This record gives sequence, C-alpha cells and structure tokens, in this order.
Amino acid sequence: MKKVFIIILLALIGYFLVDTVYNIPFGENRIGSIESDHPTVAGYYLSNTVEKSRVANVITAIVVNYRGLDTLGEVTVLFLATTGIASILYRRKEEEEDVERLNLPSSMLIRTGARVLFPIIALLGIYVFIHGHLTPGGGFQGGTIVATGFLLMLISYKGFNTNHNIMAWIESIAGLSFILIGVWGLISDNTFLGNIPEVGKLNSLLSGGLIPIIYIAVGFKVAVELTGILDILLKIKPNK
Amino acid sequence: MIILVVFIVMALILIAAAIYSIMHRDLLFAVMGTGIVSLILSLFFYLLQAPDVALTEAAIGIALTTIIFIITIRNTSRDEDEIIDKENEKL
Amino acid sequence: MMQEEFNEIFVKYHEIITLGVYGTSIALMLIGLYAVLMKKNLVKIVIGLSIIDAGIHLLFVGIGYIRGGTAPIFSPGYENAANRMVDPVPQALVLTAIVIGFAVTSVALSLIIRLYKHHNTAKIDQIKSLKW
Repeated sequence: MKKVFIIILLALIGYFLVDTVYNIPFGENRIGSIESDHPTVAGYYLSNTVEKSRVANVITAIVVNYRGLDTLGEVTVLFLATTGIASILYRRKEEEEDVERLNLPSSMLIRTGARVLFPIIALLGIYVFIHGHLTPGGGFQGGTIVATGFLLMLISYKGFNTNHNIMAWIESIAGLSFILIGVWGLISDNTFLGNIPEVGKLNSLLSGGLIPIIYIAVGFKVAVELTGILDILLKIKPNK
Repeated sequence: MIILVVFIVMALILIAAAIYSIMHRDLLFAVMGTGIVSLILSLFFYLLQAPDVALTEAAIGIALTTIIFIITIRNTSRDEDEIIDKENEKL
Repeated sequence: MMQEEFNEIFVKYHEIITLGVYGTSIALMLIGLYAVLMKKNLVKIVIGLSIIDAGIHLLFVGIGYIRGGTAPIFSPGYENAANRMVDPVPQALVLTAIVIGFAVTSVALSLIIRLYKHHNTAKIDQIKSLKW
C-alpha cells in the first residue's frame, strides 16, 4: 500500500520536473552579444576577465574575484564539517593513548610503492593549485589530490602519524590570510576581496593580482582539513 | 557517429549503475555503484565543455566519498537487513 | 575537432541528445528519491542523497551548454575567443555545490556511526527510544 502511494508521488514529481525542463531548449545561446551596451551577467564576466583581471581561467576569476564571498562561505562550511566530525566522534582523555589506527597487513609491494608515490602525488597537488589561474584546476582540486596522497600513506604504514598541532597551525594561518587579503582589497579598491587592477601579463605565472595568493591559501586549508577528517575516521574502534 | 554511440552508452551505464546501487543487498557493492556513477558523471562533464567541474567531481566523488562510505560500513553492519550479523552473534 | 563533430551530431539528432542529458538527470533524481523514501537502512538513505546530488549537478551544467561552444579558458594565442564560450556562471555554482555535498555526506555518516554505537542497529524502524 505504501509502495503504491510512493510510486504515484514519484510519477507526479517526475511529470512536473519534465514540464519545467521542457521549455528550456538545449544549446541555445542565452548570453547574447558581448560588446553591447547592456550585457548579461555572463557576457560581462567573459568580456572583462582579460582586460581587468588578466586571468586566463574564467572560472577562477568568477570563483575568487567576482563571487569571492561564496568561496569564503564554502571554506567556512568545510571547517564546520571538520569540527563537527571531531566533536561527534569524541573520545575521552583516558582512551586517547591506546587507540590504534586501522591496521591491515600490507605487503612489501604496497609499502615500497606508497613511499615512492607519495611525494609525486603531493607535487601534483601543489602544481594544480599554484597554476589555478592558467589551467583547469584550483584550490579545491589541488587540496583534494594532496589529501589522497596522505590517505595512501595512512593506510599502508602503521607508524605514519600526522602531527595535529602543525595541522592546526597551518589551517589557522591559511584561513587568517584569506581574511587579511580581503581587508587589503578593502583598503586598495574600496570593496572587500577587491583585486589590484591590471597587474602582470596574461598567461604568465605572476599575473592576476591577488587571485593566485588566495587560491594557494585555500588549497593548503582544504588539504589539511580533509586529512584531518580521514585521520579521525580511521581511528574509530569497532564494537565487535 | 562514434560520439553519439558513446553518449548513449554512457547515459545507460549511469542509470544502470544507480539502480544497481540502490537495489543490491550487500552494502559494499552499493558503494561501488556510487563510485561508478561519479566516474561516468565526470566524463559527462568533460563532454559538456566543463573541465574544472570534471576535475572536482573526479577528485571528490571517486576517491573520498568511497573511502568514507567504506569506513562507515566497517563500523556498522555489512548486510542491509543485518541478518548475518545477528546469526554470528548468536554463535 | 571534437566540438565540430559534437556540433553536427547535435544538429542532426537534436531530440536524442536533449533526451539524453535532461532525461538522465531527472531519472537520477527520481531514483535517489525512491531510495530516500523506501529503504530502511540508514547507509542506503545516505547513498540516495548522494545520487540526488549527482542528478542536480548534471542538470545545472546541461542548462549552461551552448551549441558550438568551447571551454571557458583563454589559451595563449586565442584571446579573442570570448564570443564562442559556454556559459561560465553555472559551472562556478556547481563547483561550490560539489564540495558542500561532500561535507554534508561526511557529517551524516559520522552521525550514523555514533548512532550504531548506542543502539547496536542501523535500521530506522528499530530505533524507537524516542517514541511515546
């Protein structure tokens, strides 16, 4: 009886979704002309990225410069998730000493391979978030790649420990530098998270004003937070 | 012509992996189905000319989501109806 | 090369490709919603939430596609290509949405672990200590 009701409800929701999407033709040009006097939002972003910001990746310019406040909110949400997980899976101080990480016996091949691969993965992640304004990539992608490298080392080795004090310091300094760069934008351009106008040459590494510096700070913060989440989750003792 | 065939096959694999992922009883196989949905979705994003989104979905959806689901299954039961765990406890 | 092939295939088989992109995203949303409403195990419900997220992100990026458009990155030597780019605004929104979806999933799973330690079950119809 409940199944019949749910199928009818899903059919109704599906009908209304199809009815909404049906009137949006696929692939039609909704940006309009870029050089007109009243451009749309996307037209304004596309035409002013090269002149004002000198950044080759339009998505980086939108995420960091034009919609920088949303990125600040997203970094806050990740920080709240890490703090929430750490406080939900709370251990008392007496049990802190004899907790051990998930330890599966790993062969010689895995141990040697992990030790060779870990610097290469970390280098790839740092490359991705340093060149976020030239190629597809950026802070979030690069931070996730570095966290994956740490996960490989945490699973393979029993004695590999991450120092929680150093990670807390890196996260705090990265978050604070995001806010301080925003205040600098307030002083120089009269808007929070404004950019230094017209600095550097297009497609070179030192272009884009303050945008690469913000992405480097975001990259470090995301990498450290995701490593913290994985470290907490791997240390739970199961009931059995 | 090849791209059209690839397109249709990818859409069918996406829906088949999603249905397999919610129907199967063993939770470990369901998590692998979610990983396959993320993988094919990242390829879809590349065909729709969005490389940044494809990179983000590949990095977060395949590696991290699968590992946190596996850690959760290790700490709860592996079977959906928890019958095998109760039998093991009685023994 | 790939844009021209995709362009001419799109002109010829308009209906199939529209059905493909929009239809797949709506099908994913409905499959995820079925899992959230009907299943009893908590981990299955969180898997359903993750599939709903995937459907919504595909719908957003599919709306922002423009026929014959290219990726929104200025390569060296092609600085005047701003007329032929796809819409960059939905892609920036989806980038944020993917990360936030992962954060919500991870907090939900840690709550499930804590709940299992207390009640020793992960099915929602046997956690009854709040019922009157």
